[in-house]
Amino acid sequence: MDVLQLFVSGLANGCVYGLVALGFVLIYKATEAVNFAQGDFMMLGAFICLGLTNAEFLGLPFWVSVPIAVVVMGAFGYAIDMTIIRRMFGQSQIAVVILTIALGFVLRFLAGVIWGHEPVALQSPIAGRDVSFGGLVLGLDEVFVVVTTVVLTVALYFYFNRTRLGVAMQAASQNQLAAYYMGIPVRRVNSLVWALAGAVAAVAGILFASKGSIDPSIGLLGIKAFAAAVIGGFGSLPGALVGGIIVGLIEPFASYYIAAGYSQVMPYLLLFLILVFRPHGIVAQVHRKKV
Amino acid sequence: MLMETERREDAAAETVLAVKNLESYYGPIMAIRGVSLEVRQGQIATVLGANGAGKTTLLKTISGVMDPEKGEIFYQGRNIAGFEPDRVVRMGIVHVPEGREVFPLLTVEENLRMGAFVRSDTAEVKRDQEMVFSYFPILAERRRQAAGTLSGGQQQMLAIGRGLMARPRLMLLDEPSLGLSPILVKEIFSIIRRLNREQGVTMMLVEQNAKVALEVSDYGYVMELGRIVMAGEAKKLMQSKDIQEFYLGVQEETQRGQKRWKQKKTWR
Repeated sequence: MDVLQLFVSGLANGCVYGLVALGFVLIYKATEAVNFAQGDFMMLGAFICLGLTNAEFLGLPFWVSVPIAVVVMGAFGYAIDMTIIRRMFGQSQIAVVILTIALGFVLRFLAGVIWGHEPVALQSPIAGRDVSFGGLVLGLDEVFVVVTTVVLTVALYFYFNRTRLGVAMQAASQNQLAAYYMGIPVRRVNSLVWALAGAVAAVAGILFASKGSIDPSIGLLGIKAFAAAVIGGFGSLPGALVGGIIVGLIEPFASYYIAAGYSQVMPYLLLFLILVFRPHGIVAQVHRKKV
Repeated sequence: MLMETERREDAAAETVLAVKNLESYYGPIMAIRGVSLEVRQGQIATVLGANGAGKTTLLKTISGVMDPEKGEIFYQGRNIAGFEPDRVVRMGIVHVPEGREVFPLLTVEENLRMGAFVRSDTAEVKRDQEMVFSYFPILAERRRQAAGTLSGGQQQMLAIGRGLMARPRLMLLDEPSLGLSPILVKEIFSIIRRLNREQGVTMMLVEQNAKVALEVSDYGYVMELGRIVMAGEAKKLMQSKDIQEFYLGVQEETQRGQKRWKQKKTWR
């Protein structure tokens, strides 16, 4: 029973990591830049939802504020690309990296000013309730997180493989020049990828917030998500989710079986091992090109 | 040669593409230095030239991937110099890039569908895909295969087929013979010829392989160091001494090197 509880809570955490990692990979594939503010995008998404929902702020119904938060974060991602990242075209990658790290600081500060630095809880109808499946009692929040992640993954899969714009996003990331030749508006497509990453981050943030209280520094879990993305194979969307779930599962088991102090290191130990023995990650998507 | 050009300008009504005094830079390097040429409706025009002559830059500037510094590009009477590439594609010019440049992880079918990205007439797109498959049956066989796993010749076919999916009036083909075996080159060029005749696609070809290119073409230009140095009917160019010497490898003496250096190209 204990094992199962650990498994489910790890899975739920892993889903959040996986979704943040998905954001990393989306942007990396489209623009070959790493958005180190992805974790802070998640934080901002969570706080926007909280600001809309909680009674002390706007007090809207939870199910109304969720789509608003997702759309706002999508627009935010689009705007960031259009106004800032696009201007960095031709600059070295490190410039974009530093820029996104700085952006993360700004967002953290901004959220602190608006919502305060103390932990607050999202007043969602999901928190603190249980569901039972034939004698097995699980937290509703955890089930909600896992189900939402599965639904979102399936939706994204269909989006990227069945829709014209989704395939165009893949095309632009595989061969940007050829995408230009085919008349795909690459710059707009890239902005839309940032929008998608923002929206996915918002979902991740809302899921995270429905499992416990949040404060402006939760964005730092982006570091774990980054590790998850690398473990999964940076550049692979399914890999990001798999990596996230692996990291999520390692944590509770490590802290249960291994002495504190060592357990927190485990995800990074795995990262280390993966980098040594399987540098392309678990779901490697090696770019094959015949000449 | 000069008279030839004048005669062509009289028939401007048939001209699909007219490039006038075009100049383009790669950073500080001037890659094309005042190029003027014309492509007429229904014809295949070839631009010959060695590596670094500026052929690819010329095509990139026409398709809008690069912006010109100076000059005009008239397409159906409208100056399209500096237009965004997606606008150029929408107007009916498609650029089939050098070295295939397929989307390696997408399937053949998805690649083709991306060729039709600017179009929204789904039924017609479907029909055009069947048309492409009728020209390149191997692509129909491989339609669910990732494009990156195709052979070089198949990728070139896919690149041309993908270009056709935009239903272009003018197709810019950049070195379709690059890296292909002689027999495949023959096959590709005969298909290019058929597409030109049967689908009425006007072609502008850029090639180093002068022999095959001139054989299928109606009109030819020779480019060197960013300038057009020679122009004429393809048949006439084939007979030109300079072309034979420098592009077709025809020579009277056996010692290659000597002959090359002794004779000066007359256009310089």
